[in-house]
Amino acid sequence: MTASDRLPTNPGAPLPQRQVALIDLLDRLLGSGVVLNGDIVLSIADIDLVRISLRALIMSISEQHPAPWTTGAAQPRALP
Amino acid sequence: MTGLYLAYTYAVARPTDGLHRVATTLSGVAGARAHLVEPTDAGEVVAVVSPVPAADFDEAALRHHLEELTWLEEIARAHHHVIEEIAAHTTVLPLRLATVYLDDDRVRAVLDARHDAFRERLSQLAGRLEWGVKLYIDTPAAPLTAPPQDLGPGRAYLHHRRAEQDLRQAGYQAAQTAAERIDAAARLHAIDRVRHRVQQGELAPGPGTNVTNDAYLVETEHADAFHAAVVRSTDDLPGVRVDITGPWAPYSFATPHQDEESAP
Repeated sequence: MTASDRLPTNPGAPLPQRQVALIDLLDRLLGSGVVLNGDIVLSIADIDLVRISLRALIMSISEQHPAPWTTGAAQPRALP
Repeated sequence: MTGLYLAYTYAVARPTDGLHRVATTLSGVAGARAHLVEPTDAGEVVAVVSPVPAADFDEAALRHHLEELTWLEEIARAHHHVIEEIAAHTTVLPLRLATVYLDDDRVRAVLDARHDAFRERLSQLAGRLEWGVKLYIDTPAAPLTAPPQDLGPGRAYLHHRRAEQDLRQAGYQAAQTAAERIDAAARLHAIDRVRHRVQQGELAPGPGTNVTNDAYLVETEHADAFHAAVVRSTDDLPGVRVDITGPWAPYSFATPHQDEESAP
């Protein structure tokens, strides 16, 4: 097997309208993005709490088969 | 917009001709129309904002709502819709979900205070998009070899377990090879990489076990080459699968380093 069937046919095209997987969206909306301390916005620590409790909600936590390269929180890394 | 409404802020963007018109056609979270907020001295950045009811977005309500998956999904998709539409017209720095200010003046104050940093990051991200690359190891099927007949139940079980482990180990090795090929493709075609947590649980799309969940920042003109190389990364590797998502607005690269995110 190679890639899934959901590949865009023209990867260079402008962002198409498509339904993305919620989990991919949450990785980006909760795990990254510019964090500004808004007036109402939860503090970064609170967001992390939301993230953690959310993951508890949506995950059936399985440590049986931990992945070899699990890295915890998103960490930017410059390519060599 | 005082008291009853708050300013939900989606992104900082580079203003272009017609961006104002684009923004005001967008329906944001809570259904209200979006609009642009400019810095006090019109500059090279704008914020994309829409009014949201304070009853649902003040601190206590937000904390409560974010625990509800249905509400969270609705907000996340509405936020993403606005980001995608804006990203189709200009460079964006997506903000984290649920960044809310008291009013537009407070948003303007943030633009004033961080104008240069926003402008610099926007110029770095111009013409670049994000691609998601996830590697999966197939769940091992039952081993094909039946245990020798003469094994007792205990040894037959161990034989079975060992065969399973061998299959899983082979899967990890195949994934390692695929990951190295993707690294090679990224060195040629990508500018940066962010690793997200591996996906598990009910929301994780299967089949198989997700072992890497990375985002790559790629120049538009390198997208085809990068995409093709990643698709090929699992060729001749049984038991491993790659899933590519995107292109995304550069969510994972909105700030150059996580350390800098806590600045006001």
